[in-house]
Amino acid sequence: MADTTQANAPAEAEGGAHGHHPTQQEYIRIAVVLAILTALEVSTYYFEFGRAALPLLIVLMAIKFVMVAGFFMHLRFDTKLFGRFLYTGLAWAVVLYTLTLLVFVVDANQ
Amino acid sequence: MSVATHETSMGLDHRKLAMWIFLASEFLFFGAFVSAYLLYLDTTNRGPGVEIFDIPFTSVSSFVLLMSSLTMVLAHNSHVRGDMRGMRLWILATAGQGMVFLGGQVYEFTVFYREGLNITQSPFASSFFFLTGFHGAHVFIGVLLLLGLYSLSLTGKVKVGQDVKTEMIGLYWHFVDIIWVIIFTVVYLIPELRVGG
Repeated sequence: MADTTQANAPAEAEGGAHGHHPTQQEYIRIAVVLAILTALEVSTYYFEFGRAALPLLIVLMAIKFVMVAGFFMHLRFDTKLFGRFLYTGLAWAVVLYTLTLLVFVVDANQ
Repeated sequence: MSVATHETSMGLDHRKLAMWIFLASEFLFFGAFVSAYLLYLDTTNRGPGVEIFDIPFTSVSSFVLLMSSLTMVLAHNSHVRGDMRGMRLWILATAGQGMVFLGGQVYEFTVFYREGLNITQSPFASSFFFLTGFHGAHVFIGVLLLLGLYSLSLTGKVKVGQDVKTEMIGLYWHFVDIIWVIIFTVVYLIPELRVGG
């Protein structure tokens, strides 16, 4: 196949990827873990978790987020700068909108 | 073309750097809509509220989108290994799952509309449709990018060794996925706890 004749071309010629990336089997295992975490999330709809439900959902969401960003987006293997961009953007958004919502809450209570 | 032309002074690929900065800025974009949704959660104007959500249905579409991240990373992995046929197969699988997700969203919006929840019905409805609609628009753009990559690969314009192109589209796609991870929890599951409780 013509497609694979250039397999000797530098695989990272344009990518600038660093470090060891997972194999296909490892990616599938990560996806299975993500699927299990999603099933756990959905279980809060069917079963009564009481006060534990909210923190459980937030923790599960955070774990899924970090797993997708870390493994599928390669943040664990790429330069740390990319991760700093992503998490700084997230932190800015969380701080900015939390403060904004607080203003509305305080205003509503006055 | 020289490899060095794509590097910044830090030795990083400037296209990847630009993509990461763009993705970081997208948090502010989606954050605004999530905040508005949370703010107007109870402002339903006596119309339908969060009880209208079909959690089992949305769970399935969420699962499909999550698994599309797997096929996307497998496409990139195949490209890195020089397996262009495998790469194209996984790209098509990813685009297909994206279309299934979009189809689910169109169906969900249609059902909501028939049950009285339309975009002008209440602040709750507006914020819900804007948030999930903009996310859907991102998925749609992602599907177009994937199909474009597939076509360019077929015509030989994306070759072995140019895996950064697949990686860039992959970064965008995974980002759309992690935004949905947040939306699924904050927009659908957490408000349902109040209804259930």
